[in-house]
Amino acid sequence: MNHRPSAVFNTATRPTAALAAAALCAGGASLLVGEGFLGPANWLILSEIRLPRTLLALAIGSGLGLSGAVLQGALRNPLADAGLLGITPAAGLGAMIAFYWGLAAGFPPALPAGGLIGAAIGLACLLGFNGRRLSGPALILTGVAVSALSGAAMSLALTLAPNPFALAEISFWLMGGLEDRALSHAALALPPIAAGATLLLRLGAGLDALTLGEDTAASLGQAPARTLYLAAIGCALTAGASAAVAGGIGFVGLAVPHLLRPVFGQRPSALLLPSLLAGAILLTLADILVRLTPLLLPVSANPPLGVLTALAGAPFLVRIARRTAP
Amino acid sequence: MTGLRGFNLSLGGRQVLHGIDLAPAKGEFLALCGPNGAGKTSILKALAGLVPNSPGPDPRRTGYLAQNSQPTWALTVGQVAALGRIPHGDTDERPIAAGLRRCGIEALRNQPIDRISGGEARRAMLARVFATEPEMFLLDEPTADLDPAAAHAILRLLRDTAGQGASVVAVLHAVELAADYAHRVVLVDQGRIAADLSAKDALAAAARVFGMRMGQGPRLLPAT
Repeated sequence: MNHRPSAVFNTATRPTAALAAAALCAGGASLLVGEGFLGPANWLILSEIRLPRTLLALAIGSGLGLSGAVLQGALRNPLADAGLLGITPAAGLGAMIAFYWGLAAGFPPALPAGGLIGAAIGLACLLGFNGRRLSGPALILTGVAVSALSGAAMSLALTLAPNPFALAEISFWLMGGLEDRALSHAALALPPIAAGATLLLRLGAGLDALTLGEDTAASLGQAPARTLYLAAIGCALTAGASAAVAGGIGFVGLAVPHLLRPVFGQRPSALLLPSLLAGAILLTLADILVRLTPLLLPVSANPPLGVLTALAGAPFLVRIARRTAP
Repeated sequence: MTGLRGFNLSLGGRQVLHGIDLAPAKGEFLALCGPNGAGKTSILKALAGLVPNSPGPDPRRTGYLAQNSQPTWALTVGQVAALGRIPHGDTDERPIAAGLRRCGIEALRNQPIDRISGGEARRAMLARVFATEPEMFLLDEPTADLDPAAAHAILRLLRDTAGQGASVVAVLHAVELAADYAHRVVLVDQGRIAADLSAKDALAAAARVFGMRMGQGPRLLPAT
């Protein structure tokens, strides 16, 4: 009798190792690339500007990629990503309130801290609206509700903004980016992202069971409500901390699992670690592109990171739509 | 062995099951028959511990096949069968291969499930139940949408499985098929067990219990 582990459950090790190596290279490149070449005199540039930026790009990208893979599996929906839960706009609202009340002017970490508080309130609403019996469709609907509420509150805050200068500043922040982020930002964002990612990486069996529907998952001993709760909490931690520090960055979570399915297969658990790594690569490369744009093109300002990921991500939506069309 | 005793179920304020007593025996192939909405699926879900207040069986000893279940993602046949090992927390190759072999789809192991026929996909889902190596099989319409030959093959497989000591409970629409293959036929009507019979009495009893609703041909239409 053959008792070796079944081949179908082995995550493709070699492509995963390749992704890990590529993520390291992207991180290294992110430390080296930018205005001004690195020499011994530029140690400050490296430690104060590029190191926090690289750390944040890697962490936020991995969190967004992983939460996209988890949510597409948990909700059994190829269009899901962390944005669907309404946590990103809730974090945006929290940051905007910190900004609007002038807290951020006197104490800069108040902005991301406000974002974290907003994300926590968004998650509390999301789970509170649902009660104890959580199902996929209910989670999507309440996510849309949280998103709509935060969006409406943000629009209200925008119209009441004290001066046009504040308006411009807020909308620039909402577009997302990693410019001028310090190590304090990284210290604020990394712990929740790491905690959320640890939680999400453990959901593999629950997500695999959910591919057969919520009843069958329960009959396999993987309570679907529990999987959905943990997925929502993990995604709120990663997406909330990301949005609090870097603003709204779209499409990474949506596109990364779709990019990986041809290589790693469709089993949700097989996509978790690869999505984490590929998300880190994608966002770090996008951020390098942000820095290179003023050097390569005749423009004076850096394009916002959220704009670049959206520009790169939109064609994927079109591709998914064309594939799923009858 | 899991069973139901005086089990009541209300869903959304409507009582769906009334005092159900049902204990499938080892080595028995039990068919649940009845008209649409009679409560067959609810009884099966209650046995599987999937409705409120039902006794939760050990997932390692119970295999449940939902009605019309299809995986969301295009897993391969082998990956679908391997899902049956989730309750055991292992990826033991032996029961997975055995399940695929019993359901006659080892050759399709690496095929994505959306690229094979409906009958083959149903077999893959069944292989997943076999891979768990359960003592009780709970199957909701395992032969729906299958052509007669494929339906007969699956029912023969289920009878053999019961013959090897497992208990098999299957919701079946066709009383004739149930009478041919099952050891015991339970007729369900309006949330109650209307009759609990050995297979040879099932056809006559079904005609008597369900009357016009389970009748054949033009008798299905109400008289005007």
